[in-house]
Amino acid sequence: MLLTYLKVFLVGGVVCLIGQLLINLTKMTSAKILVTFLLLGVLLEAVGIFDPIKEFARAGITIPITGFGSTLAKGAIEGVKEEGLIGALTGGMRAAAAGLSAAIVFGFLVSLVFKARTKV
Amino acid sequence: MNGGKQTIVFQNKPCVLAGYSIVGPKESMGPLDPYFHKRLRKDDFGQSSYEKAECKLHMSAISGAIIAAGLSPKDIDANIGGDLLNQIITSSFSARELDIPFVGMYSACSTFAQALIVGATLIDGGYIRRAACSTSSHFSTAERQYRYPLELGTQMTPTSQWTVTGAGCTVLGKYGEGSKIYLESATIGKVIDFGISDANNMGAAMAPAAAQTVIQHLEDTGRSVDYYDNIVTGDLGIYGSRLFLELLESEGIHASAKHKDCGEMIYDKKQRCPQGGSGAGCSSVVFNSYFLHQMRSGSIKRMLLIPTGALLSKLSSLQGETIPGIANAVSFCVEE
Amino acid sequence: MLSKTEYLELDKKIAPKSKEGRTLFFAFVVGGVICMIGQGVSDLFKLVIPAADEKLLGEITSTVMIFLGAILTGFGIYDKIGKHAGAGSIVPITGFANSVVSPAMEYRSEGVVFGVMCKMFVIAGPIIVSGVASSILVGLIYWFVGVAA
Repeated sequence: MLLTYLKVFLVGGVVCLIGQLLINLTKMTSAKILVTFLLLGVLLEAVGIFDPIKEFARAGITIPITGFGSTLAKGAIEGVKEEGLIGALTGGMRAAAAGLSAAIVFGFLVSLVFKARTKV
Repeated sequence: MNGGKQTIVFQNKPCVLAGYSIVGPKESMGPLDPYFHKRLRKDDFGQSSYEKAECKLHMSAISGAIIAAGLSPKDIDANIGGDLLNQIITSSFSARELDIPFVGMYSACSTFAQALIVGATLIDGGYIRRAACSTSSHFSTAERQYRYPLELGTQMTPTSQWTVTGAGCTVLGKYGEGSKIYLESATIGKVIDFGISDANNMGAAMAPAAAQTVIQHLEDTGRSVDYYDNIVTGDLGIYGSRLFLELLESEGIHASAKHKDCGEMIYDKKQRCPQGGSGAGCSSVVFNSYFLHQMRSGSIKRMLLIPTGALLSKLSSLQGETIPGIANAVSFCVEE
Repeated sequence: MLSKTEYLELDKKIAPKSKEGRTLFFAFVVGGVICMIGQGVSDLFKLVIPAADEKLLGEITSTVMIFLGAILTGFGIYDKIGKHAGAGSIVPITGFANSVVSPAMEYRSEGVVFGVMCKMFVIAGPIIVSGVASSILVGLIYWFVGVAA
């Protein structure tokens, strides 16, 4: 149990550390960082490396946006398995629906309740 | 021009009748706090949006300066103002509330100099009696227009600067209205681009323009930096100032002992603004508070104010354009 | 004055740099902690719903984490974390939530339709577009490989 959490911490930390290195070296903005890691997740899933990493690191690799990428790619692959060609189109969005809908609905609700504040 | 390649020399000593500065909470925590005329406790100024807050700031600075000069709006022939927002809505919307003819200005953070130069020229030529030259900027409006939403968790890069929340206004009038501080000459800057493309490194983008303007000013007037008590740049920031001095040094001009930068002065190191302040309001609040005070008290007799501007937009950055800079210089003298 | 190339070289040479050690440390720690929280959420729901399979748990976890990111953004806490953590709070799924919620809040002053709804994906849009497009590509490749085999 404790070991799992240590692994989660270490792998998650290292993923973010790589992101910070990219920011420091290339002055990438946050949108580009997110896209990069998302595509990394898609790639890892597509070549079949994501699952072994997930076995080891659990949330350490699924909580970073790489997990979202993997969900999308996995969904597309499963879609093809179940429905053939059309599944490539529908599978990804279907698998990622929870995350996307959550972001939209919470984003909408929060914006109605809170006001943006100045940084100090 | 009558004073050389880029310099105009005023003939009739247009004077600074009064100045007024109003700043946000962060600025009032900085080292210049005692000099400001008014400080906001909250930077929304009781308005429903930050744009409206900036507009109210701008208006307050103008009316504050007019009152400080012992005048009323009808005594002012022109409000010459500008800001950073698209279509300079801050200055034009604040002019909507004032019953004063309006001239809108834009040259990014160098707008204050532009406004002073136009105002002084109109007075010097005898076309108008008095002008209120105003500029403003607001962190929260500039941030959303040029950068990111306020609540986005981003880090400031080491060369970035903090947009000043504040507005300043200077009322200019004719010689003989009781003021000893007058505008002696002004150098209109060229737009200069040395190829800096990082929008978070504006000090470096503006430093060449500032250096060129100062070099040309000294050449046109036949002066050395020793003529001035202070050479004051607008918002080059700590790093931009270093580049500016290096550029002058390469021309054999040693200005570091005389140089000050409004952006560097306005915040404390502890306030976590990597290179200091910036924005159209930066040079105008610092000039109208600290430097006007120094000139009145006699500790500065001659100063060259060089507000600097980075002429970029979000679109130009996205299209891969580099950042052109501009700097206009205004020379102030205190009559003995 | 210096030439353009000389100037750009000077800028490269003397420009202040990020505090590497400090930023990397905070990114590592905060990123790691957020992932641990995610793991905690997942384990907790595993206890609550023993029958839940991995897919359902994953969906619940990302929903909860996105909610946390959204609410922390609403209270103005997430940007303060981000100031120190950098990528540590950008890369996790909470950072994705932050990039959706922050423009939605920011543009509230321009109205619900043209402000909130239009601008919500002004930063996160590329994530959706690139993610969906690349997943379709992966599906297509998978299909081709299957057909060929």
